[in-house]
Amino acid sequence: MAANLIRELLARGPVLTDGAWGTQMLARGLPPGQFPDLWNLSHPDRVEAVGRSYVDAGSEIILTNTFQANRFALRDAARDVVAINRAGAQISRRAAGERVKVFGSIGPTNTMLVSGDVDKDELRAAFNEQATALAGGGVDAIVIETMSDLNEAVLAVEAARVTGLPVVACMTFDSGRNKDRTMTGVSPAQAAEGLAAAGADVIGANCGVGVDSAAPICAALAGATDLPVWIKANAGLPELVGREVVYRMTPAEYAGHVETLLAAGADFVGGCCGTTAEFIAAMARIIR
Amino acid sequence: MTVLDELYEAVLEGDFDLTPGLTRRGLDAGFDPQTLIDDVMIPAMAEAGRRFEDDVYFVPELLSSGRAITAGLDILRPLFAAGGARRVGRVVIGTVQGDLHDIGKNLVAVMLEGAGFEVIDLGTNVSPAEVVAAIREHRPQLVGLSALLTTTMLSMPSIIEAISSAGLRDDVRVLVGGAPMNEARAKEFGADAFAANANAAVRAALELVGAGPGR
Repeated sequence: MAANLIRELLARGPVLTDGAWGTQMLARGLPPGQFPDLWNLSHPDRVEAVGRSYVDAGSEIILTNTFQANRFALRDAARDVVAINRAGAQISRRAAGERVKVFGSIGPTNTMLVSGDVDKDELRAAFNEQATALAGGGVDAIVIETMSDLNEAVLAVEAARVTGLPVVACMTFDSGRNKDRTMTGVSPAQAAEGLAAAGADVIGANCGVGVDSAAPICAALAGATDLPVWIKANAGLPELVGREVVYRMTPAEYAGHVETLLAAGADFVGGCCGTTAEFIAAMARIIR
Repeated sequence: MTVLDELYEAVLEGDFDLTPGLTRRGLDAGFDPQTLIDDVMIPAMAEAGRRFEDDVYFVPELLSSGRAITAGLDILRPLFAAGGARRVGRVVIGTVQGDLHDIGKNLVAVMLEGAGFEVIDLGTNVSPAEVVAAIREHRPQLVGLSALLTTTMLSMPSIIEAISSAGLRDDVRVLVGGAPMNEARAKEFGADAFAANANAAVRAALELVGAGPGR
């Protein structure tokens, strides 16, 4: 059943996902350093507005504002982890309406298995807790994003699969001399193999370097798997203007890379840090 | 293989379970603590750093080597306290306000300690006032600031300005790093140096305190 939704979505060609949430929440008044996820409980209207902006721009899939909503990353707010995830799923569900699918976002725990500070059972329990809460809130699928450690990503995939929902698994390739490895040294081919073996329905890359560097990573992923490939890149690299963080890449420039990504094997495309509803609208014009 | 070779291999391979025992065996064999650090641990860490630059090692391997060296240093530290061992300098380090990411900062802290620094780790989400208070209390030669996020790196200039306002800017050198940082931003924020990774941070720290590049 899990793979059916993915097949159905891809039947009409490449699928447009959404853009950034974190940077959009900052633009809507989130104080720097505060967890965007907490707004699911305190400012659900503003979170829903972000989701709705993507739906209006043409996203066929929107994510949830739950990227850091696991018991490790939330730290002091961990007691609210289930409520934050459920609310995040429900908010995106409301924004999505009938047509658009909601994929629940699961990010890294910001711990390192290799450090010995946490063990696999603890991480598995944290991912189970989050995936179950997202499923309970009504998401259509789970997206595991921005992973650096393949062991952690595999645990997240396995935990997400327990829900019976389709699972997208993405890692961030931003390290090494050619910026084509994850922080822990995982190559796209290794990621594709490991995530597929863990049971992911879609594999991919998100965040990391700019969209202009994403095509080789996309091609390496696509070359190493028969699974569909999911790409959400950043709007170039941010620049600092005075005390403002600015992504200088324009929606048209970003959308100009979409054809290249599709040619490199991408099936799902969207944006990560620095992208907005205008970027998604520009991409929609290219894809359709 | 001599005990020194075994200790070198254990640090390089990140076998942190083995380094305490090997460090003790080195002492038992008559090597003094400074020799174990200068001739074995630091060269092993430097080789781990070279492997990192060559894409052979990544953060987990560096972290394991860092843990291995720390486990060895735990054996030697009481001997330093008793006097006789050289410290290259004292550093106050932390992840800046608004940022809770500590993997990179912890790695730098461990590697600085391995290179002979006394490290005062303020943790994460460190405010300008906390840094100023730590400088007053510990009198470090060096302050290390880390930020993972583009949004939180903006706490760096606030901290450096607070150090200046407190009249302490001439007493310390400031080293900054983290994913969104680069040379130009470090300069713009008023830092003395930027390091792109933990390995480079150790090199820069040694240069900033006038101890010269590590071996």
